[in-house]
Amino acid sequence: MMEEENKNNSEENIEDKFSISTENLSVYFNEKPAIKDINLKVRNKSVTAIIGPSGCGKSTYLRSLNMMHELTPTATVYGSIKINNIDIQEFGVINLRKKVGMVFQKPNPFPTLSIYDNVISGLVYTGRHYKKDLDEKVERCLTASGLWNEVKDRLKVSAMTLSGGQQQRLCIARTIAVNPDIILMDEPTSALDPISTTKIEELVYNLKKEYTIIIVTHNMQQAARVSDHTAFFYLGRLVEYSKTRTIFTNPKEKLTEEYVTGKFG
Amino acid sequence: MFINSYPSRSQFGLSFIFSQDWDPVKDKFGALAFIYGTIVSSIIALIISLPISLGVAIFLSEMAGKFLKTTVGFLVEILAAIPSIIFGFWGLFVLVPFMRNSVQPFLEKTLGFIPLFSGANIGTGMLTAGIILAIMITPIISAISRDVIKAIPKSQREAAYALGATRWEAIRMALLNAKSGILGATVLGFGRAVGETMAVTMVIGNRAQISAGLFDPAYSMASVIANEFAEASKTIHVSSLIEVGLLLFVVTFIINSLARILIYSATKKYDAK
Ligand SMILES: Nc1ncnc2c1ncn2[C@@H]1O[C@H](COP(=O)(O)OP(=O)(O)OP(=O)(O)O)[C@@H](O)[C@H]1O
Ligand SMILES: [Mg+2]
Repeated sequence: MMEEENKNNSEENIEDKFSISTENLSVYFNEKPAIKDINLKVRNKSVTAIIGPSGCGKSTYLRSLNMMHELTPTATVYGSIKINNIDIQEFGVINLRKKVGMVFQKPNPFPTLSIYDNVISGLVYTGRHYKKDLDEKVERCLTASGLWNEVKDRLKVSAMTLSGGQQQRLCIARTIAVNPDIILMDEPTSALDPISTTKIEELVYNLKKEYTIIIVTHNMQQAARVSDHTAFFYLGRLVEYSKTRTIFTNPKEKLTEEYVTGKFG
Repeated sequence: MFINSYPSRSQFGLSFIFSQDWDPVKDKFGALAFIYGTIVSSIIALIISLPISLGVAIFLSEMAGKFLKTTVGFLVEILAAIPSIIFGFWGLFVLVPFMRNSVQPFLEKTLGFIPLFSGANIGTGMLTAGIILAIMITPIISAISRDVIKAIPKSQREAAYALGATRWEAIRMALLNAKSGILGATVLGFGRAVGETMAVTMVIGNRAQISAGLFDPAYSMASVIANEFAEASKTIHVSSLIEVGLLLFVVTFIINSLARILIYSATKKYDAK
């Protein structure tokens, strides 16, 4: 259902196809390396999956892209990260996080806020808004996250009344309300049931028309279903990065093949 | 207590609560002045303590470096462990003269047009009692508020930051999350203030009267029991004091239950799903 013919094969190397790129990116916790020298260029308006066994540094990589490591005093980040060829340091951390949204493993809506207020929670941080604009925005974001029809009659009730899958889609709505270019998702379905998972996967597939998406997943089928490109991490290193189909059918590295065929991990 | 207060309950009925005459010599007993004194002094304590406690709690949970965090945390815990009679002595020898010589004249000069800031300037009185109580409940409210704020999972904090929140916006979000727990801590502090005996007895002035002026001496429920119980000889006097105790018990029980429920539900919220 979600297989897509990649029409742009021939244009592979044009620079502005890349949205986010990391050069020699390393992250240390207490002097111990979690990822080392990651060189990766993520393509614009596409889905890039990051796979690899537990502890290989997938989350660490993802969280360096929106400077989440700043919240961890023991973390140090080396190397450079560029968005559209601009170093992320130049954006400043607040603006960067508005440009690079993040969806977490466990749905984390704000429990004291209503569904409506959750959607606009990130906007409250960006200045004044008119109610009519907000209403429109809430409808648009909830529609985009596939939740509108389910919640349009109860926008003012607490977000905690939603199911886990609905909460996760609410978190996606909240993220896109800030108008990011890039959305990072760290195992967004690992806490969800199969039906909710399918819904999120469809959503990811639709969202890539407008956003660049990087998704971490443990689920190989999920990576195969939703992503255009896949990066395989192992022990803090990037082992292989290629078109998803290549990774799953004809990987260059033996390690990749063993991992995707389930020989370890 | 219920049984032993029978003579006073049957003789005065509801007027016990609504009358402010308390005259053991004439066998007239009405508890309104004590109820008023207890509640007003506790409210003053809350008004003073709440902003300070919130500041301390935010500082301890969100901002302080490790050294400051342990030092201030330690101080808060020490303060909570000091017996109330020590606060009473400190109040009597330090706070009362200070109130008499500096604070009250100053307040009277600047805010004296408000009836609240008037009264006999003898140092002891409602305001002094409120301040002592504020000092005593601040450790409780700040320690519990700190715990409630700390109980907010990391994922909530990260959610705010990931949306581009500044530090203060993230703290505001944390406070919003901790709202009911902080309310619980406040109610608990209020309960402690209502039940406090020794320190209040020493500084409130011990006069059964209802006066708008906060500098005027007043009396609290716990204080009147402490002061008069040993000397009360007549049955009706004893049973009236017991009825005051009964009232105090019911009030603190309700306040404490409410506080526990609020704190419990605040820390349990995230486990639901
Ligand atoms: N805050 C931290 N402090 C210390 N070490 C950390 C911290 N976060 C991650 N690490 C370490 O960094 C390494 C990579 O962790 P990371 O969370 O990126 O792995 P992951 O690939 O996302 O794993 P999983 O699939 O289990 O989520 C691990 O060895 C982990 O122990
Ligand atoms: Mg991870």
